[in-house]
Amino acid sequence: MGDFSSGHMIYLLNGLMWTVLLSMLAMLLGGIAGFAVMLARISQRRWLRRISLGYVQIVQGTPLLIQMFLMYFGLGVAGIEVPALVAAALAMMIYSSAYLGEIWRGSVLSIDNTQFEAAETLALTRWQSLVDVILPQALRIATPPTVGFTVQLVKNTSLASVVGFLELTRSAQVINNSLFEPFLVFGIAAVLYFAVCYPLSLWSRILERKLNAGRRQA
Amino acid sequence: MNYEFDFAALAPYWQSFLAGAWVTIQLTVVSVALGLVIGVLCAVARRSGVRSLRMAAGAYIETVRNTPFIVQIFFIFFGLSSIGLRLPILWAAVFALVINVGAYAAEIIRAGMDAIPYGQIEAAEALGLTKFQIYRDVIIMPAIEKVYPSLTSQFVLMMLTTSITSQISAEELTGVANNIQSNTFRSLETYVVVGLLYIGITFLMRGAFWALGQIAFPRRRRLGLL
Repeated sequence: MGDFSSGHMIYLLNGLMWTVLLSMLAMLLGGIAGFAVMLARISQRRWLRRISLGYVQIVQGTPLLIQMFLMYFGLGVAGIEVPALVAAALAMMIYSSAYLGEIWRGSVLSIDNTQFEAAETLALTRWQSLVDVILPQALRIATPPTVGFTVQLVKNTSLASVVGFLELTRSAQVINNSLFEPFLVFGIAAVLYFAVCYPLSLWSRILERKLNAGRRQA
Repeated sequence: MNYEFDFAALAPYWQSFLAGAWVTIQLTVVSVALGLVIGVLCAVARRSGVRSLRMAAGAYIETVRNTPFIVQIFFIFFGLSSIGLRLPILWAAVFALVINVGAYAAEIIRAGMDAIPYGQIEAAEALGLTKFQIYRDVIIMPAIEKVYPSLTSQFVLMMLTTSITSQISAEELTGVANNIQSNTFRSLETYVVVGLLYIGITFLMRGAFWALGQIAFPRRRRLGLL
């Protein structure tokens, strides 16, 4: 038994650093995979649309915790030795690719179909019309929900603690096991998460308000 | 890799899997019902004329929405037991889940309330409806009707979140899986089975919410919006 010291605080801040790092890795990998999911979901090939829909249904129908376990034990079974960070990042990549894919698909589909038709009349290929005509417009609509999803992502990295990755939540658990001051230790952890997430939440809300400026009610 | 999948090793545990799924469903039903009540109350408080009420509801909603559930449940479960309040595990789980989902539901319902045109409320006042009637029939029910699809997705997400209660050793589906895999050493197979069960519950839940919407919102059904 002892008191909460500056050493403990540094330990928590170190955990926070890994939480931020894992979040950025998950956002980067999930963003790339999510873009592919979005392309597959709006593809003109039916089998691609079907497979990607099935993928999204499976990922959105199972808890991230189970996905973490599957990735962790699955890699082990395949004989691939990876650090907990990599296993956690891969699980979070799959998880976020499904959600980001759906968010971005919604944004692309909300662009007026006449834009696609106009691009076609100008003899742009489907890829050209997507990249040069649709995506720049969809980007504006996609930004607020994407930033909003980042908040989910940061919070969900806390589940990497169950596969033994020493991020913020796991660090708090370790300290609490020796001090048994749960209100204090988990309270500080909550404040640290809040400090990362709340600015992102606010940013997302501001972006949304700007986007809807034209349609705002008096 | 030459790993031999062995699902047969899990066969003796089929009853445990189903029992775990049943606990998950029970946790979900209770938390959705109570969470909806908290959500409506907080949404009303958020629009109240009393400043302190507005701020308190806002602080609650923002705190919950910007911190992870696993930290919330550790804070509640270990915190309460550190001051000598030892709740039964499932009670603590429901408590944490309700506090969590209540905040999300409140934000969604508030968005629905904000979308009610003010003219409708004035019309209800002109018709001599009481304040309670206006809230119930003109603001709350139509608001829930408007945001029903978002509420459904949020509640499905909450069902998936119940898996985290396994971390305070609640014996729901994931908790059961953790036990089974440590008995059989068939971790991958166990979590594949459990994943499929969660997908089943997800579809079951979406179906149940669709049916519930058909009954609760006949107008929406007539308009073909559900």
